[in-house]
Amino acid sequence: MNRMPALRVKDLCKSFAGITAARNINVEAGAGEIIGIIGANGAGKTVFVNMITGYLKPTSGTIEFFGKDITGIEPRDAAHVGVCRSFQVSQVFMSMTVRENLAIALAIARDDGRAMLKAPGRPEIRAEGERLMRQFTIFEHRDAVAGALSQGVRKLLDIAMAVVSNPKVLLLDEPTAGVSVEEKFAIMDIVIVAMKEKGATVLFVEHDMEIVERYVDRVLAFYQGEVICDAPPAEALKDPAVIEYVIGSGRAPTPTAAAGSPSHA
Amino acid sequence: MLDILKTDKTIRWAALAFLALALSGLVIDAWILNNLMFGLARGLAVLGLLVLWRTGLISFGHALYFGIGAYTVALLDTFAGVTDLVLRLGVAVAASAAIGFLLGFILRKYRGIFFAMLSLAFSMVLYGILVKIEALGSTDGFSVSATTIFGWKPETKFPLFCAIVATAVVAIVCVQFYLRTTLGHLTTAIRDNELRVEYLGYSVAKAIHIKYVISAALTGAAGAMLATALGQVDPDSMVNWTISGELVFITIMAGPGNVVAPFIGGIVFEFLRTYAFEWAPQAWQLIVGGALLAIIFFLPRGIWSIFEKLMARIKGSQG
Ligand SMILES: Nc1ncnc2c1ncn2[C@@H]1O[C@H](COP(=O)(O)OP(=O)(O)O)[C@@H](O)[C@H]1O
Ligand SMILES: [Mg+2]
Repeated sequence: MNRMPALRVKDLCKSFAGITAARNINVEAGAGEIIGIIGANGAGKTVFVNMITGYLKPTSGTIEFFGKDITGIEPRDAAHVGVCRSFQVSQVFMSMTVRENLAIALAIARDDGRAMLKAPGRPEIRAEGERLMRQFTIFEHRDAVAGALSQGVRKLLDIAMAVVSNPKVLLLDEPTAGVSVEEKFAIMDIVIVAMKEKGATVLFVEHDMEIVERYVDRVLAFYQGEVICDAPPAEALKDPAVIEYVIGSGRAPTPTAAAGSPSHA
Repeated sequence: MLDILKTDKTIRWAALAFLALALSGLVIDAWILNNLMFGLARGLAVLGLLVLWRTGLISFGHALYFGIGAYTVALLDTFAGVTDLVLRLGVAVAASAAIGFLLGFILRKYRGIFFAMLSLAFSMVLYGILVKIEALGSTDGFSVSATTIFGWKPETKFPLFCAIVATAVVAIVCVQFYLRTTLGHLTTAIRDNELRVEYLGYSVAKAIHIKYVISAALTGAAGAMLATALGQVDPDSMVNWTISGELVFITIMAGPGNVVAPFIGGIVFEFLRTYAFEWAPQAWQLIVGGALLAIIFFLPRGIWSIFEKLMARIKGSQG
């Protein structure tokens, strides 16, 4: 491969007093790749996402973004270079409406130093906000207060807010957690299409193997802070170690079982 | 840039109401005029607290800036003979903003009770200094000579009253403008979710710092105006923690709903205190405290919510 990877993670380690949450993680993600991160609870998926987006500082190792070292970057600088994220729990402005949430997000993203002194409701922001709301199918909720939205809609708003600055790398921590099965696919359809359109790299943490199989180019399987498998889904989901430590670990059904029971949440 | 305010109803109504208030100064009694001046001056400080409160921050030490504003006026007068109102106000605002800028580097890291108490601590440091140092007036403070306006020495208090009303209007316009900008809208955003603001790419610390300096400047202006209107400054009536408490008291009484509310709150407080003191010189605090309790129970969003309800009713009957 002669193209520079969007993300290159080298020997990344993180330990908290006593426990090692990440151990020698080596991963590369190409531009436009869609990568699924799987692993049992406590495997270190969130810690991995947190380190890449500057929420946690790694104990050792480096993170490169298109060849530029971004190890230990501040969260707000991550947004500026083009690494954005969502959280396991939606992080939206609960007392504001959907429209206001996106207006603030867009106004900050379009800040050129002087834009902070302009109204967030100005026409160009309104238009872009409307386009985003339609793309994420939340337009009908535009005047609803975020705190009153259903989980699924709030997740969509959350992800829409994470992509306002047109990230080159987007990390989603359990984008479909707490959402009904029907909504899960709808959410992933919208997000993946939107990101593919922009050629962005997406890494998302997911427990549902059906979703993983359907959307990703590659799977990263985590176990006790280590990447135990890095392969295309067809291969990864058959890997004995993955079956034993990830799929067999309780939360996620095997692909065949899931296919027969769509009621699984 | 200023087109943000073109369609602003608050500004239009406030401008009209304050113009009427200024004109009323020609006919009202001297004691009422005085109370209005004190109330409006305090309102400036309360507006400063409102800017913080909207983000969920409460300062129990804003007497610091009140004191800096007041003492700037007194020291300029005593040591440099400066009586010009614009100069007094300008230097007081600059001094408060400068101190606010410095302390802001520390305070912007704190939230909740820590922010409140750290503010209190800083204000008590100033109080301690003022009380201890003879050259700064010690516990007696200074008397402040009557103000001049561009070299003209007014015979009555009316011109000063007009100047205070005008300052209030300018402050209202500035704060309303600020709140309408993206930076101002971050006020609620930060209260709701700091993490999201950071991940959108804006520094929460910076936004709070800016807010804190605005708040300090407004409160400095309040101190300068009150010192000029009273003709007297001393640590106990300008810098003591009870003054900080009084400002928080008025803020809660006025409510966070609107930038005009602090001035209504300030004026109501001033008259409430005057009457309470007249009726019950021994127990006036009891009456003032009782009034606040009543407001908290019956009007949780403060006096301003009366206006909100009235306006809703007017709108309802029109449509
Ligand atoms: N801030 C923290 N302090 C201490 N331990 C942590 C912290 N964050 C995560 N851990 C630990 O690191 C391990 C991995 O956690 P996490 O990445 O959240 O798991 P998951 O794969 O479920 O997202 C867990 O054992 C967790 O308890
Ligand atoms: Mg997790």
